[in-house]
Amino acid sequence: MARILKYLVAVAVLAIAAGLWLTRAQPLPDDALAGLSGEATHGKQVFTAAGCASCHAAPEAKGADKLTLSGGQRFASDFGTFIAPNISPDPTQGIGGWTLAQFASAVTRGVSPEGQHLYPAFPYTSYVRMTDQDVADLWAYMQTLPASDVASLPHEVGFPFNIRRSLGGWKLLFFRDAWVMDVPPELERGRYLVEALAHCGECHTPRNALGGPDLSRWLAGAPNPSGQGTIPALTPDKLDWSAADIAYYLESGFTPEFDSVGGHMAAVVENFAQLSAEDRAAVAAYVKALPAP
Amino acid sequence: MKKTFAALAAVATLASTAAVAQDFKAPIQARQGEMRILGMNLGILGGMAKGEVPYTVEAASAAANSIVGVTMIHQATLFPAGSDEMGADGTRAKAEIWDKMDDYMAKWDALGAAAAEMQTAAATGQEAIGPALGKIGGACKSCHEAYRAPQN
Repeated sequence: MARILKYLVAVAVLAIAAGLWLTRAQPLPDDALAGLSGEATHGKQVFTAAGCASCHAAPEAKGADKLTLSGGQRFASDFGTFIAPNISPDPTQGIGGWTLAQFASAVTRGVSPEGQHLYPAFPYTSYVRMTDQDVADLWAYMQTLPASDVASLPHEVGFPFNIRRSLGGWKLLFFRDAWVMDVPPELERGRYLVEALAHCGECHTPRNALGGPDLSRWLAGAPNPSGQGTIPALTPDKLDWSAADIAYYLESGFTPEFDSVGGHMAAVVENFAQLSAEDRAAVAAYVKALPAP
Repeated sequence: MKKTFAALAAVATLASTAAVAQDFKAPIQARQGEMRILGMNLGILGGMAKGEVPYTVEAASAAANSIVGVTMIHQATLFPAGSDEMGADGTRAKAEIWDKMDDYMAKWDALGAAAAEMQTAAATGQEAIGPALGKIGGACKSCHEAYRAPQN
């Protein structure tokens, strides 16, 4: 009997150890992006396509003020309210003291410099597909932005979601760096924009009870994470716009019926309007290639 | 007695809710009509800007004038307090409009300014319409970003 108990205790200890090991934060190695030098001009395009300012600018910031990434916007969800942090180059309140490898770990692995898991309200689940060079360029560009000394606010997340370790388990279940859709070479740019930088799937794909994306319904529309209304489907069963219609919407904010973009998508259009016509066409071509769910 | 009073109060509440809901039908229809008139005329100008519809100064100006006409409608009449998405059916107007009425009106005035520019552009030529459309789109977007609830 005592022997069985000992055995059980040993198994339990092993199971806990294995669990801790599996759910550990896995940053990139310190030399992951060594040898890459960032180019800020291209980084600005990455920054715009990735929509960084749309969430990290101060609430209701307009125009050039949107480039001061002081944080503070609130994002309600089923798991609590996430508050975007200060990611300006301020060395104390922002991320000015980070190394490129630390930045890359946060953006593409969801791991903070302190070795904690970040909440996937920050779309590292999409940014994981970013190229190393784009990460380095983005970092170079962000150094050129104004610093803000506004302190980041803690997320308003209750038990058990406030245990960051649990995100290790979430990542085991849902964090993938593979592309979602197989595409021919001419659609690769569009796929890179949709699946990586512009992180369209974060809102347009429904999530399961644990907050993981339901990839069988990729971009097939979803309840609004804020709890009110829906995010429209982009799949051909629901969206019958032409590629030109989609590109024009991303440029002007006008639907084919000349209704206008609203809500958070207005910020997305504001960003896409600053990208090249080729990039908007690439996104449109990818969207037109989506299968019906 | 108490019961009767409670029942009467309930009936009175229901009746007043119904009355209120009906009161908002006209302004909500008028608001949505405004948006439809804007959309139809922007469609004509957008078709010209994209080269899908032939440009004529008459057709372009008629569309631009219609847009300006809508922007001259006094908005307060169409936005009685309580006619928001929480208080009324069939509208996506957020309650924030009434909390920030000055900002809302400033955004409506910005549409008016962009519409006036479209009038000039429509009279100028086909190539002037696209940029003017961009400004109107900016005005639409800034208001819908803040004050229109997502679709259901």
